Amino acid sequence: MEVERGEFVFLVGASGSGKSTFLRLVLREERPTSGAVFVAGRDLSRISQWKVPHLRRQIGTVFQDFRLLNNKSVFDNVAIALQVIGKPRHHVMTTVPETLEMVGLGGKEKRLPHELSGGEQQRVAIARAFVNRPAILLADEPTGNLDPTTSVGIMRLLDRINRTGTTIVMATHDDEIVDQMRKRVVELVDGQMVRDQARGVYGAER
Amino acid sequence: MRVRFVLSQIGNGLRRNMAMATSVVLVTFISLTFVGAAILLQMQVANMKDDWYDKVEVSIFLCPGDSFAATCAGGEVTEQQVEEIQGVLASEALSDYVEEVYVETQEEAFVAFQEQFGDQDWAQRITVDQMQISLRVKLVDPELYQVVADEVAGRDGVEEVVDQRSILEPLFLILNRTTVMAAGLAALMIITAILLITTTIRLSAMSRQRETSIMRLVGASNLFIQLPFMLEGAIAALLGALLAIGGLWLGVRYIVEDWLAGTVQWVNFVSTSDVWLIAPILIGIGIALAAISSLVTLSRYTKV
Ligand SMILES: Nc1ncnc2c1ncn2[C@@H]1O[C@H](COP(=O)(O)OP(=O)(O)OP(=O)(O)O)[C@@H](O)[C@H]1O
Ligand SMILES: [Mg+2]
Repeated sequence: MEVERGEFVFLVGASGSGKSTFLRLVLREERPTSGAVFVAGRDLSRISQWKVPHLRRQIGTVFQDFRLLNNKSVFDNVAIALQVIGKPRHHVMTTVPETLEMVGLGGKEKRLPHELSGGEQQRVAIARAFVNRPAILLADEPTGNLDPTTSVGIMRLLDRINRTGTTIVMATHDDEIVDQMRKRVVELVDGQMVRDQARGVYGAER
Repeated sequence: MRVRFVLSQIGNGLRRNMAMATSVVLVTFISLTFVGAAILLQMQVANMKDDWYDKVEVSIFLCPGDSFAATCAGGEVTEQQVEEIQGVLASEALSDYVEEVYVETQEEAFVAFQEQFGDQDWAQRITVDQMQISLRVKLVDPELYQVVADEVAGRDGVEEVVDQRSILEPLFLILNRTTVMAAGLAALMIITAILLITTTIRLSAMSRQRETSIMRLVGASNLFIQLPFMLEGAIAALLGALLAIGGLWLGVRYIVEDWLAGTVQWVNFVSTSDVWLIAPILIGIGIALAAISSLVTLSRYTKV
């Protein structure tokens, strides 16, 4: 299958169907036993191990469990994505608040993760994934731990990010969201693609 | 930004593992102190050999008139026997070993004797006739004394062959044994240090696994992730090395220079300048310890 630049794709399928594995392949955390994975035009089997970090800098990632650093403030949690790739200080000082503002967390820079609701924590994670303005954003069940209302807020945010030109691939079990958004849907069963539907819905209408 | 970030990572790591970091510092301190002590002891041995082996000679005492030695049955050594022994020393077989032969006559022996003991009452009664002729042999390599002794001892007219070096030998034996002991302890402590540093880095890496996995996720390079751990180990080992150098310096300054050198004046002791000489070696070993341990651990626990 192919995902175009700037597309928004839902990855659906039963537990164990290979959605997370799909995302791990794109991050080159896993290597395919057969077949090839191309990201931004590059064959992942051909890039050397030490270039993998550069690949990951072009990809933002969001997970169901947020994966924040609990002893670091909201600001630091987002800033780390820029710090580890050696961005200058002034760049960090301006970009991080900007991004936090964009995800709707303006003014909460100094909070610690446990002082935030689940939805807010996921916004921090999205800010961290997006602060480097990656071309691609991968999301693995980002609304899995959130109530429907909060989930809708997160989806609006992802939609806005998508409209800035960022390609988004999102694995999910959330049928309401998939049915509402009417984006491209790819369904996996046992690691095989069984459906690829433009403006699709969660359940297949066979 | 990057340097600051790495530094804060190191600071956090060391603070969180304060007890472990301290034990790494101490164990490298002790192991490097033993390494340094072993090296200093060997320097001392080399010093003493340099000083003394130049001066030591093999003395071949020739029969005086009243000796009971079996080789002296023929009475006082004859002129012919002296020449014969000199011939042996000058022979092809010994030319590689013997540097110089000097005959000390009865008169010369008497002068030397009077110089040494002239102020004693009993020495006044000794006459020139009672002195003994001897051959003083300077060897190319004083350690090969036995070769010369075997050739000469037992010949008619030779009463006794004495190696002055044998007086020093017990001293060198003690110093060498001590060196071996220090080196053995150093080896044990170094093994302990490597195990401890390895464990410390591993614990540190495990306690920061979450952080590490997140850094990897946002595209941190391998080196960037591993550098703080490596530097933590290196800093601890470096501190240990500095402590060891300080300890050795204090020991040499106050025990050797102030006390031993004042008490035993005929020995040229190692000095604090020798400690400075081995300081880079100790620092090098300390860094190497940390580097080896980091490489072993990090390749397993923090890979991309
Ligand atoms: N390295 C691996 N080697 C072999 N099998 C694996 C490996 N990693 C995952 N699997 C298997 O692949 C299957 C797909 O796992 P994956 O986590 O991608 O599912 P998923 O669609 O994300 O499920 P969920 O919706 O529960 O998150 C599972 O059956 C898992 O046991
Ligand atoms: Mg999954």
